[in-house]
Amino acid sequence: MSGLTPSQTVGPWFAYGLTPNGQYDWSDLATGNLITPDVAGDRIRIEGVVSDGDGAPMPDAMIEIWQADGQGRLPVRGGNGATPNTSFKGFGRSPTDPKGLFWFDTVKPGAIAAPDGKPQAPHILVAVFARGLLTHLYTRLYFADEAANASDPILKLVPADRRDTLIAKKETRGGKTVYRFDIRIQGEGETVFFDV
Amino acid sequence: MSIVYPIDSMKVHPSRAFAGYKSTAKRHPVKPLIIVPHTMSELTGPVYGHDAIRPGDEDLTAHGKTGEPLGERIVLHGYVLDEDARPVPDALVEIWQTNAAGRYIHVGEKHPAPLDPNFTGAGRALTDKDGHYKFVTIKPGAYPWGNHHNAWRPAHIHFSLFGRSFLSRLVTQMYFPGDPLLEYDPISQSVTDLKARARMICSFDLDNTVPEWALAYRFDIVLRGRDATPMEH
Repeated sequence: MSGLTPSQTVGPWFAYGLTPNGQYDWSDLATGNLITPDVAGDRIRIEGVVSDGDGAPMPDAMIEIWQADGQGRLPVRGGNGATPNTSFKGFGRSPTDPKGLFWFDTVKPGAIAAPDGKPQAPHILVAVFARGLLTHLYTRLYFADEAANASDPILKLVPADRRDTLIAKKETRGGKTVYRFDIRIQGEGETVFFDV
Repeated sequence: MSIVYPIDSMKVHPSRAFAGYKSTAKRHPVKPLIIVPHTMSELTGPVYGHDAIRPGDEDLTAHGKTGEPLGERIVLHGYVLDEDARPVPDALVEIWQTNAAGRYIHVGEKHPAPLDPNFTGAGRALTDKDGHYKFVTIKPGAYPWGNHHNAWRPAHIHFSLFGRSFLSRLVTQMYFPGDPLLEYDPISQSVTDLKARARMICSFDLDNTVPEWALAYRFDIVLRGRDATPMEH
């Protein structure tokens, strides 16, 4: 058995390598826009601010997401019953701006099964990288307008008084659906992170 | 083959509260992380194949506007493996680094060292069927930072990897052997297991050094993931 290569912080200077977004002369592997012409599902925007233990916005963080399409299909290389039948990648990567804001244009994921076969509520996996963060953090985004949250097997493991930090709030802006998901790394209202 | 991701393996990673690196103070959770089972969401991950790599993306000395970058040209290669030491094929490897003078391209970078018009410092490669990747680049420089008085980062190359699932995602830094700054660097020292810390240091590779052209360094990377039913020994 081989020991893992340890994690190190992404540091403050990753933008030109990981999130050039037109600002730097390098191609984007992935951006905040996951929409492809053929993807199934309701178009939504997700946005939020990443903040630190003082409540100060973090302008040098990077958020990555991994999700199923609107029919609950994960775009993987076969196996697991998933069906990679569209160009949808299911993966997004957004830097935070000077105000700590990140955003994704994507589709609302459908439900996928838990290991016991019962459905999980629609959710998105979220990974947080930042200067000062030596090992990235995992959390999950759930949707406020989903009755299935009440029976979700992962949410049930979270203390009731902290579940709210994982629920994105629905807003309508200019006819578009926006889910607000702020990430508080430390302190009051600290987001629930998972040891996976 | 069914892959599992034992949580015990994660002990090698730095504590997010490591005080020697001052920026951790307000940027680590203080409430306990919640242990949850791995579902299909965790056990799958993004797929980036050959279509994500353009010819030349792995040669950082070929991205210049007028010619080759200044600095010591190196071949940097290695194998991406899982916890059973099996190769991870089709793993996407992204790197970024300073130029030879220790300067990053970034709007917020104020270090008074020169930019190099022939070096941007970003590269991308995909592992082959044996888990092997290879870059051509130049050796990065040390640079000062504000963590403490006279603080300098040892020369390093940032690595970002996607393996078999979202759980095998890794962002790390690779260091060079014999660098005297490692002794004073809280970021590398945040890995307190000395064997694990040594795994972040590449090795000089004479066998793959190209005569009359470039030194080679080898850096193998181990990502999360084990066979659920390991072979009997």
